[in-house]
Amino acid sequence: MAVGTDWQQADRTPLIYDRSHPGRRGVRLPAPDVPAVDEAALLGPSLARTAPLGLPEVAENDVVRHYTALSQMNYGVDTGFYPLGSCTMKYNPKVNEWVAALPGFQRVHPLQPEETVPGLLELLAMMEEILGEISGMDAVTLQPAAGAQGELTGVLLMRALIRARGEERHTLIIPDSAHGTNPATAAMAGYRVAVVPSNVRGGVDLAALRGLVNGDTAGLMLTNPNTLGLFEDEILEIAEVVHQAGGLLYYDGANANAILGEVRPGDMGFDVVHLNLHKTFSTPHGGGGPGSGPVGVKAVLEPFLPGPRLRRAPSGELSWDGDRPQSIGKVRSYYGNVGIVLRALAYILSHGPEGLRDVAHTAVLNANYLRWRLADRFPTRYDRSVMHEFVLTLAGQKERGASALDVAKRLIDYGVYPPTVYFPLVVKEALMVEPTETESKETLDRFADALAAIDKEIDATPEALKTAPHHTPVGRLDEAEAARRPNIRWRAAGGAEGPPGR
Amino acid sequence: MASGKVPEGRWYTAEHEWIAGDGTVGITDHAQDALGDVVFLDLPEVGRHVERGTVFGVVESVKSVSDLFSPVTGTVVAVNEQLKDRPELVNQDPYGEGWLVRVDPEEPIAAGPVLLDAAGYRALPD
Amino acid sequence: MRYIPHTADDRAAMLAALGLSDTGSLFEDIPAAARLGRPLRVPGPLTEMELQAAMRRDAAKNRSTEDLVCFLGGQFYDRFIPSAVGALAGRGEFATSYTPYQPELSQGTLAVIYEFQSMMAGLTGLAAAQASMYDGASAVAEAALLALDTTHRLTVVMDRGVFPESRQVAATYVTARGGRVVVPAADQSLDELLASLAEPPAAVVVQQPDVMGRVRDLRPLAAWAHERGALAIAAADPVALALIEPPGRMGFDVVVGEGQPLGNGLQYGGPTFGFFCVQEALVRRLPGRVVGATHDGSHKRGYVLTLQAREQHIRRERATSNICSNHSLNALQATIYLALLGPEGLREVARLSAAKAHYLVDRLTALPGFARMAPDAPYLFEVALTVPGSVADLNRYLLDRGILGGWDMGRWDPAWAGGWQLAVTEQRTRAELDQLVEAVSTWQ
Repeated sequence: MAVGTDWQQADRTPLIYDRSHPGRRGVRLPAPDVPAVDEAALLGPSLARTAPLGLPEVAENDVVRHYTALSQMNYGVDTGFYPLGSCTMKYNPKVNEWVAALPGFQRVHPLQPEETVPGLLELLAMMEEILGEISGMDAVTLQPAAGAQGELTGVLLMRALIRARGEERHTLIIPDSAHGTNPATAAMAGYRVAVVPSNVRGGVDLAALRGLVNGDTAGLMLTNPNTLGLFEDEILEIAEVVHQAGGLLYYDGANANAILGEVRPGDMGFDVVHLNLHKTFSTPHGGGGPGSGPVGVKAVLEPFLPGPRLRRAPSGELSWDGDRPQSIGKVRSYYGNVGIVLRALAYILSHGPEGLRDVAHTAVLNANYLRWRLADRFPTRYDRSVMHEFVLTLAGQKERGASALDVAKRLIDYGVYPPTVYFPLVVKEALMVEPTETESKETLDRFADALAAIDKEIDATPEALKTAPHHTPVGRLDEAEAARRPNIRWRAAGGAEGPPGR
Repeated sequence: MASGKVPEGRWYTAEHEWIAGDGTVGITDHAQDALGDVVFLDLPEVGRHVERGTVFGVVESVKSVSDLFSPVTGTVVAVNEQLKDRPELVNQDPYGEGWLVRVDPEEPIAAGPVLLDAAGYRALPD
Repeated sequence: MRYIPHTADDRAAMLAALGLSDTGSLFEDIPAAARLGRPLRVPGPLTEMELQAAMRRDAAKNRSTEDLVCFLGGQFYDRFIPSAVGALAGRGEFATSYTPYQPELSQGTLAVIYEFQSMMAGLTGLAAAQASMYDGASAVAEAALLALDTTHRLTVVMDRGVFPESRQVAATYVTARGGRVVVPAADQSLDELLASLAEPPAAVVVQQPDVMGRVRDLRPLAAWAHERGALAIAAADPVALALIEPPGRMGFDVVVGEGQPLGNGLQYGGPTFGFFCVQEALVRRLPGRVVGATHDGSHKRGYVLTLQAREQHIRRERATSNICSNHSLNALQATIYLALLGPEGLREVARLSAAKAHYLVDRLTALPGFARMAPDAPYLFEVALTVPGSVADLNRYLLDRGILGGWDMGRWDPAWAGGWQLAVTEQRTRAELDQLVEAVSTWQ
């Protein structure tokens, strides 16, 4: 940036509180057109608030400059390449935002009568059908707010079916390469976790799986392609082993971008699936959310889905049906992240069937091309062609003195958001790269050139890595200090909770 | 093999805890190095009964969490209160100021199936 | 295909580098028996022009709060949103970034979350907040789980006045963990239920103001819980907290709530966000992400994700929650909203809403057969009335006159059959309030 803004000179990231000035206002409201009330009279002394609110006092211009400055200290897909493995940071189309902002979608209350929202209900029904088709499932709920909540929904559905069969099963099997949400979800639902190891090809060890399943197995949670970017080519055998033991198969859809239009979880033997609309279907990640995690199921699991469900009357009208006696219950309020669902629907409609297949093919082509570009300096642990992402091991670089973290931080100096580091846990010094389909060959080449240059620096100018990044608002931050003596909220000098007296 | 300092005159577990003759328990130099910056310890209260080979607490570093296994069966008689404010002592001085708890053992502290002497600990496979 | 940049030449060059003639061979690991082998049956493709036209048509089929006068509440309110909220939160650097795992490139998001935590902790009167939950309901549910884990007990007592969406989601979560949620019977008070318990519960959960709109002194409940080693948990409306002494100052351990009223659109219920605040001793039991201040090598202040050992990506099956994605962008909107309003502005929003609600309720209850359902406690801007006749009829009558009437509370809970829940925001004009009174007086 050529022009210096105030944060570049500051000794720290600014906070809105730093701009606070007593008596300043950002927004003014109309004078009351009814008799005014006062909380002291309304509530009495024991209920009326005495504590300060602790909010800053700033003008609108202060707010605009502050959050514009903070945004400039941030890096998004709109800024540049974001090859964060397992996160599918593809381009977020602007028209999707336009769609979600239409007043007929945006300014609609969740308790409005169904007859006032027919257009919205039709789109939600269409999305259920589309996601069912894409995943090979018979019924879909849009209610879960994120992938992890989809997982919880899914494992509760599995338990409900198993119980309906008159059984109690307490163990979920999860691969050692799984996302952390899988075991955390299992525990949240009160399951025991049994870990199945990876085999020499990076997939589920089928023999070990056979040894693990038994009458206590509720199911297997699996990502396919897995977190190594490898397709579980023994998936049909895996499904058979689990099903024969009386368990069910859960599909973690985090990596569904690789398989759109080529293969469907339902056809691989999965019984339940969640899809991450914020990954596969391009909705923005928003600095950590909101996402959306719809869950699809085979027909046998449909009665257990969270309510309410959309029901079409013989006349064709849609309404919400809350009468779900076998349901696992609601997992979030109302109907889920409708605004995210609409964005994802806009994305799917923009592509159509051939376009979605092209998404998968291009994502996989980009990953394999990039892996090939990097191969002479940065090996992957498994010598197989990959799907939409791959995991480099920087064990060799580590021996030469640079950790995966050092390389990642140095990439920032080259203008790239670093790939995922130290995940999955089964690879030493892991760097997990997912380029996505929306990046051009030039971008991939530039990234490969940057990594090659950094690799040379490990021997030539090792300090350049150790002290990286060099051009960011802050350098490497002391995370140990942050966790040892947590400072997780602002306090005014002297320890007051807000600007003085307000 | 377990790297780092392994002082004589203490006993060690395969889970990288040490215990001294007076019942003081800590984690080894190898363990603190493998964990990285220790940021928090969840330790039992004084008076708690602990069992040999079972979990008595948790140590957190920036990017990991590990269980702490008791080297002996007994009762906790002291907890290192300094670690509340200065968990980094575990990294800086694992055999001294970074001790965790002191246990009044119900069994002799001696080499056996659970406790190794310094040479035995050094010889552990990595 | 609209967002794929490759030309035919690019593709050919990349394939040639890999020694391939087409991308199909990259999918050979997929067993033939599982392959789809046909095009997906999904609509499209649409160009952007066609998509806009189609979506505009579908949106136009809905009636929004732009053309209906809205009196619906239930944790979602038709509140005013200053233009700067959307203009700033919509910036691509915020909206298209991921969870701030690389703090050097994420100081914007991290500083915002730190501000958000500070604001929410201040509003609720507690020591600490985390970075956001999916919604108010899942925040109540996670608070209940925190209580189970902290107390090693299995029963959570939930007041019937907690919004039903939250009660239902909490029941799903708590049951999944092997616990149970106990709610007072329709004819039983919370105090009566508490007195009847054989064993102390893990927590008592109340709503402030509750579903009837009642604002209550929660201090005795906090004392009751603490005497028995239970946690006191409140779900609160964040705008009401501008006027009410916050539960954190009444001794509550955990305060959660639905964040939609703070600068977030209705969007048919989502995405919005939930907030989650705790007293000091519970900081390391918070679910989800927490941002903390620290410094870099040259002592420059900066922000990082902290206390991460609680979370799923490290603690896996022993994490405090499985939550990963949260609702960061919605929390950003709330932060900007609160900054724009400041303490006086937020109080004004609440006071204006309360003034209008009281004006309206005074007129409605002057009509025969209209009365407050719970007149024993003060209310602010949401209130439950009984009506002379069918609530469904009344609402149909009002809809014909362009009014989204109050919620038919019997659809939430049979105990509240005949109840009509009205919410009044700062956006309702006196003319609209008079319009509602006028319409109601001509009904039947």
